Amino acid sequence: MNLLTVENLHARYGRAEVLHGIDFQVPAGEVTVVLGANGAGKTTILRSICQMVRTSGCIRLDGRDITGMRTDRIARLGVAHVPQGRGTFGTLTVEENLRVGGFTTSAAITDRAVEHWYDFFPRLRERRNQQAGGLSGGEQQMLAIARALVAGPRLLLLDEPSLGLAPRITQEVFRALGRISQETETTILVVEQNAHLALEIGTSAVLVDAGRVVAQRPAAGLAHDESVRRAYLGY
Amino acid sequence: MDVFLQQLVDGLMWGALYGAFALSIVLVYRASGIVNFAQGEMAMFSAFFAWQFHAWGVPLYLAVLGAMAVAFVGGAATERVLIRPLASSPNHMPLVIITLGLMLVLNSAAGWIWGVQSKEFPAIVSGPVLTLGPVAVSQQSLVIVAAVVVVAALLFVLFQRTKVGLAMRAAADNPDSAQLIGVPVGRMLMIGWGLAATIGALAASLAAPQLFLQPNMLVASLIYAFAAAVLGGLDSPVGALVGGLCVGVAENLAGTYISWIGHDFKQAVALALILGVLLLKPEGLFGARKVARV
Repeated sequence: MNLLTVENLHARYGRAEVLHGIDFQVPAGEVTVVLGANGAGKTTILRSICQMVRTSGCIRLDGRDITGMRTDRIARLGVAHVPQGRGTFGTLTVEENLRVGGFTTSAAITDRAVEHWYDFFPRLRERRNQQAGGLSGGEQQMLAIARALVAGPRLLLLDEPSLGLAPRITQEVFRALGRISQETETTILVVEQNAHLALEIGTSAVLVDAGRVVAQRPAAGLAHDESVRRAYLGY
Repeated sequence: MDVFLQQLVDGLMWGALYGAFALSIVLVYRASGIVNFAQGEMAMFSAFFAWQFHAWGVPLYLAVLGAMAVAFVGGAATERVLIRPLASSPNHMPLVIITLGLMLVLNSAAGWIWGVQSKEFPAIVSGPVLTLGPVAVSQQSLVIVAAVVVVAALLFVLFQRTKVGLAMRAAADNPDSAQLIGVPVGRMLMIGWGLAATIGALAASLAAPQLFLQPNMLVASLIYAFAAAVLGGLDSPVGALVGGLCVGVAENLAGTYISWIGHDFKQAVALALILGVLLLKPEGLFGARKVARV
């Protein structure tokens, strides 16, 4: 069963087309990794799903066409997006960031979810009354992930969660994502430069090159495939 | 000493009004990132509505509430119709020009509809001036201060205790992220502009008995309000109120005690204050000096 199906998706910024008709699927309950070189259009794929760029083609969430829908409505349907650079609200406290993450749900569910994610990321509880802008990069990433999960989304989109983080912190973040995938029913679609770590938690990978999807393959073994590694993983 | 106390009390009363106007400037700035130069004229226009409702026989306080409701709708519509279409551009200059245009349009329209002659606007409460020792305070002044305190308390509750208020702060902080968690950012901006106009309508209706109602009624007050908003920090509601009180007191004392300033030159004090703050402490007394790690 696919939670998300993308068919013939084009996306453009102004007059420049960045995605030239791509197709891929995100199986429900699994972690799908988007791999590709810098500038291949990976971030644009995530932004297209949330309709933050102009798109044509067809994006279906659980069979429902969401192409052309307003971004906040798509969020309401259960798509959470942790953007590149994390997008935390720097002038709000950690607690306020989490609470506003529950905007689309009831106060009771929000209360419970906030407590749950405090248990999951104890560091956030310690910093609950601090302004989010003062957190370290790793803490901000955890906050961004927790905030995205407060409303209990069906699909979690993550854009380069490792960006700007020390290797040890990156590992911590991916370990957390692996746990989230196992402990919740959340489907995850993650764009990541650090292919090695991403493929460890991923079940399939979408390979992107110059605005086109080249292949969608099972993640197992991909990290050791010499040709794929050189072409898409850059090491 | 008596003169000093009297000027201080008068300064606080005017300061509360400047603080209220500064609050509307701050609310719009937080929502859209621009200073709305039409804020004063929107408030003046709303006060004319209150006057008109009252002239039609509506009790004064209901007329003022009605004008506040009209102002909310008008403020929200301004955001949607005049600001939103150009808001996605990173260059804010066109928006500022639009607010300047709106200021001129509202000013002329008020003159065209209601005439440029000053109109008498009744006070919400009339009654003998109260004396506290050497200081005389009109009852209307007390109403003004009380109204501003109530407005401030309501805004505090809205922003700190309600879901909508929290979403408004999130939308002001990072509109893209706010959309991604399901906040209808456009609606939050309309609410911000609506609230700003509502507060302006209330303040203008309370100031009108003293200033007399006419299209240029708030031109001078607005520069004090700008000074108050800049002093407090353009993104800080608390700063707007504190800034308003500081400016009100400073303006009154400077006009009284510095002979070459007198009554006619008082607005230059506000201008000097704006310039000084922007040069020395651009984020103002309470503005967020953005903490951000990259």
